[in-house]
Amino acid sequence: MQRIIASTLREVSFYGAVAFFVVLTAFPFYWMLITSLKSNPDLYNVTNIPFWFNEAPTLEHFRYLFEDTLFARWLLNSLVIGVCVVAITLVTALPAGYSLARMTGRSGEALGIGVFLTYLVPPTLLFLPLSRIVASLGLQNSMWSLVLVYPTFTIPFCTWLLMGFFKSFPREIEEAAIVDGCSLFGAFIKMVIPLSLPAILTTVIFTFTLTLQEFVYALTFISSSAQKPVTLGVATDLVRGDIFFWGEIMAGALIASIPVAIAYNFFLDRFISGITGGAVK
Amino acid sequence: MAAVLAQNIVKRFENVLAVNGITLAVPDGEFVVLLGPSGCGKTTFLRIICGLERQTSGNLIIAGDIVNDVPPRARGVAMMFQSYGLYPHYTVRNNIAFPLRTQRVGRAVIESKVDWASRLLGIEHLLDRRPRQLSGGERQRVALARALVREPTALLLDEPLSNLDAKLRASARQDIKQFQRRVGVTTIYVTHDQVEAMGMGDRIAVIDRGKIRQVGTPAEIYDEPADRFVATFVGTPPMNLLTHNGAHLGFRPENFLPKEMIRGGDFSEFSFRVDRSEYLGSERIVYGAIEGFDSSQPITAKLPAHGAEQTLRPGEWHPFAVRNKDLRYFDQDGKRTDRH
Repeated sequence: MQRIIASTLREVSFYGAVAFFVVLTAFPFYWMLITSLKSNPDLYNVTNIPFWFNEAPTLEHFRYLFEDTLFARWLLNSLVIGVCVVAITLVTALPAGYSLARMTGRSGEALGIGVFLTYLVPPTLLFLPLSRIVASLGLQNSMWSLVLVYPTFTIPFCTWLLMGFFKSFPREIEEAAIVDGCSLFGAFIKMVIPLSLPAILTTVIFTFTLTLQEFVYALTFISSSAQKPVTLGVATDLVRGDIFFWGEIMAGALIASIPVAIAYNFFLDRFISGITGGAVK
Repeated sequence: MAAVLAQNIVKRFENVLAVNGITLAVPDGEFVVLLGPSGCGKTTFLRIICGLERQTSGNLIIAGDIVNDVPPRARGVAMMFQSYGLYPHYTVRNNIAFPLRTQRVGRAVIESKVDWASRLLGIEHLLDRRPRQLSGGERQRVALARALVREPTALLLDEPLSNLDAKLRASARQDIKQFQRRVGVTTIYVTHDQVEAMGMGDRIAVIDRGKIRQVGTPAEIYDEPADRFVATFVGTPPMNLLTHNGAHLGFRPENFLPKEMIRGGDFSEFSFRVDRSEYLGSERIVYGAIEGFDSSQPITAKLPAHGAEQTLRPGEWHPFAVRNKDLRYFDQDGKRTDRH
């Protein structure tokens, strides 16, 4: 009897803790969803309960977002910036991470730490010198300035991420390929890249998320609406003076966060395990 | 002509001298075993031969050409790694075909060679599987097939049996040896296991601290060790060594017998105090000490399993003897000498 009580108690506390964190993390999204579907009179009546519909839900905010703002354009801008930055990051960070992982001795380690340190310099400090560079390249007020600037933080981060992965990559596979007739580069392309898909996918998702949530550079370099990424567009064009278009802001944030949530859920799990099984030992 | 010829190979890693002047000639078709304790430089030497490491100095000649600066892919040697290094994203068929593909061999030729190699190793039924679906023994065969498929000048094996369990290891040893005879490929085999070395090698090169101590047939290594290191590294239990006036006297445990078991010939007699004995089924190992000699290790005698246990009681002194032809002498530096 006592044992049953003890085990019940344990389960209750376990699920209680899980439930607490689920509520803590999911509640903002729930509130965001509710707000985006509320009609304005419901939204701005302070006597109404904010967490549920007091009047009939409406898609008015979504309609406004797509028809009366450049929201679709902002989404496209974010996508273009994201894809370009991901491509630049992969092309740079893959060979860099691999080289750093394979450089033995102190120099490799020091370089790796140095690369990571550059990631730690905050954008609030860097945007000043970077704005000079952007201006001298004639890219001010263009989304291509972001394609140029975002790799300054995605490359160090991803180089570091990939370096950790490559360090655990069985070296014998590359060496076997080299003895079997590949050059070092050939072994990298034919063995290391295909077998690193889980890490590469992780890098892609992280990079894309980083570009999607960046704000400081976008705010300082871009002022015309048509060039803004979604993060900036929602936050600047939907706040006019001291009027917040809460319904539209929440609808915009919701739409922007959906692809990231989907990417995390579907891809990461599938690729994270099992690909290198059976290579060695 | 030697398939592989190493001339005074030296390899230095920062402050460590991993290979300290190895000279070795491996004739065509020979099976040479590099035997030594872990960290002695044998694997580094093998990696120098296949080109994964560049020697600090010395010449490496493969099939008559100096290959010091030739990349691994152009040396014509194949290597089988300790943990095989199979390509996990390829099927067995593509694993075996890979060395041919990189050389841009025609598709029909690839097919027939993969066929030949897989039949040779009895893995035809596994061709469409992936490495993770194979057992340890099967993986080893795939790795061997991949190494052989392009008919290399030399086949390099780096402790290929260390990942197999004891039972599988014995049969794999047999397989590799038989198969090497059949194909006749020059083979350099690295191991720290003296049983593998003795059982498989046409010749053995015993390596310690980056230097070759002795090269010879298994019988030469065992019966005529060139120095104290070889004498004590090869053989279980190792050769007994008695220190006398700074020099050393050595004899194998199986030659150290109760005096009454020695019939005929000259022999030297010792008074042996039995401390304990181990019954191993097929034999009995007796540990003890010899009167009048210093020895850092206990002296061992390898006796038949049955017959002597009644008379050899622990703590008592017994007359033991060694035939004089079985005594080996080493000077103060540990080098073999003819006489004391």
